[in-house]
Amino acid sequence: MRLAFKTVVPSADQPVSWSMRKHHAHLSDEALVALVARGDDSALAELYDRVGRVAYGLAFRVLRDDRLAEDAVQDAFLAVWRTAAAFRAERAKASTWILTLVHRRAVDVVRREERRRTEPLDEATRDAATSESAEDAAWLGFERQRVQGALRQLPDTQREAIELAYYGGYSQSELAERLGLPLGTIKSRMFAGLARLRELLDDGAEEGSWTPNSTN
Amino acid sequence: MDAELHELSAGYALDALEPEERDAFERHLAECPQCQEELASFWEVAGALAVATESRAPSPELRDRIIADAQAEKQTVVSLDSRRRISPVLAAVTTVAAAAAIGLGIYSISLSNDLDSTRSALTAQENAAALLADPNATSVALQSGTGRLVVDGEGEAVLVLNDLPAAPAGKTYQAWIVDGQVPVSAGTFASTDDQAVVPIPQAVPDGAVVAVTIEESGGASSPSLPPIAASNPV
Repeated sequence: MRLAFKTVVPSADQPVSWSMRKHHAHLSDEALVALVARGDDSALAELYDRVGRVAYGLAFRVLRDDRLAEDAVQDAFLAVWRTAAAFRAERAKASTWILTLVHRRAVDVVRREERRRTEPLDEATRDAATSESAEDAAWLGFERQRVQGALRQLPDTQREAIELAYYGGYSQSELAERLGLPLGTIKSRMFAGLARLRELLDDGAEEGSWTPNSTN
Repeated sequence: MDAELHELSAGYALDALEPEERDAFERHLAECPQCQEELASFWEVAGALAVATESRAPSPELRDRIIADAQAEKQTVVSLDSRRRISPVLAAVTTVAAAAAIGLGIYSISLSNDLDSTRSALTAQENAAALLADPNATSVALQSGTGRLVVDGEGEAVLVLNDLPAAPAGKTYQAWIVDGQVPVSAGTFASTDDQAVVPIPQAVPDGAVVAVTIEESGGASSPSLPPIAASNPV
């Protein structure tokens, strides 16, 4: 399975210095983290340009609020800046690491603010302003479809547990209460569902092996 | 009981555990290679779930704010809380993320050679990673060497050194807290991959400097000058 982020061509709303681009565009996400560890803020900017939209989309999906979502992304990137020197690329992909930090922030805020007023399963984010480059949109679109296809193959109960937890920010205990099920059932569903999803995604990755940015 | 803990890896990867279970799983994680492997792969799946959401364009100012955060840390001493709204729970959240990152080897912290107990070594690493990512901590630039010193309000500090080759054979790096006449040893450490992330075991007082020297293996009782790196005063 591969989730490395493609280089995003700068769009009109994100002016980027071309000299910086030339310098960093060919580098892997992990190489960028190594530069960030050395205090290179243009490498941080490049990482943000690659991962920022997905990170913000994720934070917004959980938080449903522009400002809170931006804060979550900002906090996560500050953590990236600060801890990059300790990051070991051989143990984790940089993009996964960043998205983990973003998700953790978002879930923490959503629990604190009790903001979940909207049913997280509806797709209310269709109006998202998408000004991705065509190439980037194509790759993300492909990946998104692949993951959504895998999700659809899960039993409904497992998919529900995973989506409410990851996109809704519900804890297992909250889910047990909400769905009127024993906590043990929720735990088992989440574990079985995630294990099955991993299998489906791995299979898909091997067959398709469409990896636009094979950086490691 | 272990099977139950093992099953928590899914909830952990989705950030769906209550705090008590999160802590229990992290303690377990440190000692369970099977769960380490499971969590690493579940995090990849969570990353796929992130990609499955609609990506969304944040305001252009967010990019500026992130770069401004980074650039501000290059200044001599910048107290972040003077510039940003700080979420009071962030430090706690960071501790959690750091614990898992250490458990999975995603973070590598250079521990003082004096620390031999596995448990205290683990705690020291987690504290160091958490401190680094704590938005309330202050970043102090180095006056010589490449890197920075990150200090929190209580003087707890982590020294980050870049471009630091491994110490010559038979030698070691040693950190010192210089506050007044007599430098106090803050332990010896090694550099891996030209980097060292060194937790300082004692509090660093206001106005003190943290310096690094090269010493004979085992460390020295007083520093051999000149230092190869030194922070600005905290």
